[in-house]
Amino acid sequence: MARFTSETVVKPLLGFLALLSLVFLAGILVILLTESGPFFGEYNPIEFFTGTQWYPTLETQNAAGDWVANPRFGLLPLLTASLQVTLLALAIALPLSLGAAIFLAEIAPPVLREIIKPLIELLAGIPSVVFGFIGMVLVAPFIKDLFAIPIGLNGLSASIVLAFMAFPTITSLAEDAISAVPRDLKEASLAMGANRWETTSRVMLPAARSGIYSAVILGFGRVIGETMTVLMVAGGGAALTLNPLSPLRPMTATIALEMGEAVQGGPHYHALFALALLLLVITLAFNLLAERIRGGRRESLK
Amino acid sequence: MRKYSTIPIALALIIAGALAGCGGESNGEPGEVATLSVNGSTTVTPIMQRVAEVYEAADLEVSGTGSGDGITALIDGRTDVAMASRKMKDKEKEDAAAKGVKPVEVVIARDGIAIVVHPSNVVSDLTLEQVKDIYLGKITNWKAVGGPDLTIVPVTRDSSSGTFEVFEELVMDKEPIVPGAVTQNSNGTVRTAVAGSEGAVGYVGLGYVDKSIKALAIDGTVPSNDTVNNGSYKIARDLNLYYPEGASQAVLDLVKFVLSKDGQKIVADEGFIPL
Repeated sequence: MARFTSETVVKPLLGFLALLSLVFLAGILVILLTESGPFFGEYNPIEFFTGTQWYPTLETQNAAGDWVANPRFGLLPLLTASLQVTLLALAIALPLSLGAAIFLAEIAPPVLREIIKPLIELLAGIPSVVFGFIGMVLVAPFIKDLFAIPIGLNGLSASIVLAFMAFPTITSLAEDAISAVPRDLKEASLAMGANRWETTSRVMLPAARSGIYSAVILGFGRVIGETMTVLMVAGGGAALTLNPLSPLRPMTATIALEMGEAVQGGPHYHALFALALLLLVITLAFNLLAERIRGGRRESLK
Repeated sequence: MRKYSTIPIALALIIAGALAGCGGESNGEPGEVATLSVNGSTTVTPIMQRVAEVYEAADLEVSGTGSGDGITALIDGRTDVAMASRKMKDKEKEDAAAKGVKPVEVVIARDGIAIVVHPSNVVSDLTLEQVKDIYLGKITNWKAVGGPDLTIVPVTRDSSSGTFEVFEELVMDKEPIVPGAVTQNSNGTVRTAVAGSEGAVGYVGLGYVDKSIKALAIDGTVPSNDTVNNGSYKIARDLNLYYPEGASQAVLDLVKFVLSKDGQKIVADEGFIPL
C-alpha cells in the first residue's frame, strides 16, 4: 500500500513543485510587462532611453500659470550608475576571487580548504543591509579621507562593498571550475616539466575558462540586482556622470526609493515598472549567457 | 508508453488561477486590542513611535517611509492612518476620490525645516536665495557665501519625502534640485550624511537638529519653536495625520489622543511645536 502511494503521489507532486517555479516566473514576467506597457504609451520611449534627467515629481507652469505635473523619466543616469557600480565591483572582486579560487583549488592543504571554504560561504550569507550599514559607517568615511573628497557616499564605496558581496559567489564557482579540470591535463603539464605556477596559469585556468566566465557573469547578475547596499552607500545622486567618486543612483536604488510613493497606476508607477523590467531583462540575459557558456565548453573539454 | 502525468500540470494551473484571483487583502477582525498601522512621514514617525509606547487602547505599527508613501498607502487601503509632513496634493486627492477614499486631514503639530551644515562650518546664516542657488547648483563653493574654500555637497531627500516637497515649494519655488545631489531616504540619514562631511548642507525637520549638525539662520531668523509659531521663520509646515472618512472608532480615539494634552506633550518632547 505504501509503495503504491509513494509511486503515484510522489512523482506528480514533484512535477507540480517544479512547474510551480515556472508559474511564478511567468507571473512575474506578465506583471512586469502589463504594468510597464502603459508607460511607453504615456511617455516618449526615446526620451526614456536617452534622457538624462530623472525628476518624477517635477511640476512646471503651463501657459495659464497653473502648476502641472511634468515629470522627466530619463533613465541614462540610472543605467550608467548601475553599470558603473557593477563593473567596478567586479573589477575589484575578480583578482581577489580568482586568487582565492586558485589557492583553494590548487595550493591549500585539504585541512585549510575545509576551514576556509565554509567561511567564504558564510560571507555570502550575510544580509545585504548589514553590508550597507558597514559601508555607511566604515567604508564611506575611509574613502572620504583617502581621496580627500567632500563625501564618502559614492560609487566607489558602493563598489567596494559590492565586491565583497560578489566575492563568495565568484570564488565558489571559479574554484569548482578549476577543480573540475581533468587531472590528466594537470599531470601531463607537470610531466612535461612545467612548474606549478606555469601549470596553473597556462593550463588549468584556460581549461577552466568557461566555468570562470560563468562565475563572473553570475557575480555580475548578483551585483546589478543588489538594492539595499547601493541604497545606503552609493549616495543617490541622479546626475549622469562617469566619476566613481560622485554620488550615484543605480536603478535598483531608484525603485526602492520611489516605489512606495508612486500612486498605483500613475506614470511614475509605470516608469518604475519599466525600470524593473529592464533590470529583469539584463539579469535574465546574463544568466542565459552564463548557462550557454558553461554548457557549451564542457563538451570541448572531453 | 505512458504520457507524462497531467496531474501536476492541472494542480499548477489551479494554483496559478487562485493566485491571480488574489487581490487586495481585507483587514482582520480586531481582537481585544485593535492593531492600527500608521505609515508615512519620517518627520512625524518619532512622534507616533512615542505615542505607540504609551497608548494603550490600540497596538500601533508605525513605519516611516516618507509622506508620499503614507498617503499612497492610505489611498490604496494599506494603512489605517497616514503621517504626512505636507498637505495632500490635488493629484492625490483625485486618486483618492477615484478609489472612493475620503481622507480627513488633522493637523497635529507645526514644524520648521532647518537648513543644516557640519558643526565645523563657520557659515551661520544664509539668505533664502542663497540656499536656493546652492541647491540649483549655481553656488558650488562655501567661499562664495563667506565660508571656507570647500566644495558644497548638497544633500536632499527622495521624492517620496514630505520634507522634500515642502523644501521644493518654499525654498526652490518648484525648480528642480541639481541632479548630482546626494539623496537620502530619511531625516535621520540626511543628518548622518551632513554630520559626516565638512562641506555638506542638508535640510531636516527641526526635531532632528542635534549636536552633530548646525542649523543655519535664514534671512537673519534662527529656526526655533517661537520663530516658527510667530511666522518669522519662513520654512515651516504643518505636520498632519490623514485617515479615511468612516474609519473605525479606534482610529478616531487615536487622533483624539494625539491632539490631547498628553499627545501634544509628546510632540513638544520630540522637538516639534505643539498646537
